[in-house]
Amino acid sequence: MEQPHRTAAPVQGAEPMVSFRNVTKSYAAGHPAVDNLSLDLDRGAITVFVGPSGCGKTTSLRMINRMVEPSSGTVLVDGKDIAGQAPAALRRSMGYVLQSAGLLPHRTVLDNIGTVPRLNGVSRRQARTRARELLDVVGLPASLATRYPSQLSGGQQQRVGVARALAADPPILLMDEPFSAVDPVVRAELQQELLRLQQELAKTIVFVTHDIDEATLIGDKVAVFATGGRLAQFAPPEELLRAPVDDFVAGFVGRDRGFRSLSFRPADALPLHSAATATLGSLADAPAAGWLLVIDDGGAPVGWLPPGERSTAGLLVGGSLFRLGSTLRLALDAALSSPSGRGVAVDDAGRVAGLVDAEDVLKRLETGRAG
Amino acid sequence: MEWFLANLGFVLDLTWLHLVQSVLPLLFGLLLSLPLGYTAWRLRPIRTAVLSVSSMLYTIPSLALFVLLPFVLGTSILDPMNLVAALTIYAVALLVRSVVDALESIDDGVRQAAVAMGYRPFRRFFAVDLPLAVPVLFAGLRVVSVSNISLASVGALIGVRNLGTLFTDGLLRFFLTEIVVGIVLTLLLAVLMDLLLVAAEQLLTPWHRAGGKRHVAGTDQGRQTRASAGERPDPAEAAVLP
Ligand SMILES: Nc1ncnc2c1ncn2[C@@H]1O[C@H](COP(=O)(O)OP(=O)(O)O)[C@@H](O)[C@H]1O
Ligand SMILES: [Mg+2]
Repeated sequence: MEQPHRTAAPVQGAEPMVSFRNVTKSYAAGHPAVDNLSLDLDRGAITVFVGPSGCGKTTSLRMINRMVEPSSGTVLVDGKDIAGQAPAALRRSMGYVLQSAGLLPHRTVLDNIGTVPRLNGVSRRQARTRARELLDVVGLPASLATRYPSQLSGGQQQRVGVARALAADPPILLMDEPFSAVDPVVRAELQQELLRLQQELAKTIVFVTHDIDEATLIGDKVAVFATGGRLAQFAPPEELLRAPVDDFVAGFVGRDRGFRSLSFRPADALPLHSAATATLGSLADAPAAGWLLVIDDGGAPVGWLPPGERSTAGLLVGGSLFRLGSTLRLALDAALSSPSGRGVAVDDAGRVAGLVDAEDVLKRLETGRAG
Repeated sequence: MEWFLANLGFVLDLTWLHLVQSVLPLLFGLLLSLPLGYTAWRLRPIRTAVLSVSSMLYTIPSLALFVLLPFVLGTSILDPMNLVAALTIYAVALLVRSVVDALESIDDGVRQAAVAMGYRPFRRFFAVDLPLAVPVLFAGLRVVSVSNISLASVGALIGVRNLGTLFTDGLLRFFLTEIVVGIVLTLLLAVLMDLLLVAAEQLLTPWHRAGGKRHVAGTDQGRQTRASAGERPDPAEAAVLP
């Protein structure tokens, strides 16, 4: 603990709230789910665990409250090894929010929120009073107090989940993909509210997500996990974006961001390639080499015939269409989903206008980033 | 009808005995099945074994069981406890599976949440698992209740007094009315018990009725968007509550 640790802006003179020391977890022989993790989480800050599915984020999170026991290594909470602490008491000292909210379906909103205080021996009346306060804290109207979880929307359930985690006023919050099951609009709302709450509460929050955008938005520091349970980089978001330590992080941070940005960019100057087309009636006259795009008499696409295949039996249908004037993202979708590898561009009347190539979209992406 | 009214005391007495002889095994069966089913559910390796043994129990012919039990239990041949014990065995045979199914039906996310909040196993069972098991468990209880009420009549063959006595007695005397009264009362008893169980289930699961429309997170996005901010409660939802 006396060793200096590299943290961005730790609370003055405070030791880390949670520390992983060479923690490895293997569920079965073979690849570990978490591989030799060493990490110090700052007091009063939000640390995000981000990475692709299956890289050990949940496992790491659950080793903090002993829902998962490490195979080797130690986890310290507030400077103390948790291996010797009673699991139930330890868990009550941390709030936990799950993806599905995990509300108890047979308890009303108020009683759900009051669960941990009740477990700690607080009277039902007191627990409910506290729960009412929390409804307000998480921005829910008092009228929801007596509802059951099934009578709430997904976003409301998630808020109740957060309120429940806060009920016993624990110094630590563990949040496992808390917002990933709600739609983007609600998610953005919940993210903002979490940041607002954190301003007031200054909890030590461990937040798991697979969404790099969410990670960089929410996190004071972000731990990027790579497949195989390896910690690839632990840094503040700016540093992560500016100086990814390796190709994995660069790819995870970069490609995803670029891809997302495609949705907003018009595909105006995307080159259109000419297509070999034939109507169903004139297949016999079509050249045998190369992919052939079959169209109907009105010029709308019907399907693809592979090189050499010129009978209707071999017709491949499917793949999304790229309407001229829409976004690069749709152009890429069309190209990637097309049997021939090139996406079909159509004009406003639905007639084939040409073909789009994934290469071209990616080139646009490169130039876009440089500029 | 005349016969029924003339023998009202006798018939009601038999009905009462019949009720006790079928309800006691239901209770005992439930009390035995809960720990058995819970253990079988927790320990996967023994689950199959427990479930197949309990299914086999149900295939023992009832008459054979009634006749054998006095020897096993050391009770007198005419003791109604033999019948209660036999029906308890059948109840356990059916209910162990119900308990396992009921526990299995609980959403794993809910259980994980309970663990994460710091429930210890014992308290969790009573506070979370058991209440959530009620719907599936009661489906089992209703089957067993009907099965017990009909099986109990067989006890009359070995001399236990209950509504079955009306069948054996009616048969001996070639007296159809008595048999019909027996059938009608058995049916009534079964229906009554079923209604009682349904009512009990409703009482135990207010949350189940309230959740007329279930919102699984992430599945109905439009609604979530609308209702999410919370400060805009929508009237359709508010209307559900009194
Ligand atoms: N209870 C378990 N038993 C066996 N393997 C598991 C268990 N939980 C997780 N794993 C495995 O460990 C790895 C990491 O899982 P997890 O921590 O859930 O990843 P993440 O949360 O990053 O998606 C995965 O390969 C997963 O299959
Ligand atoms: Mg996970």
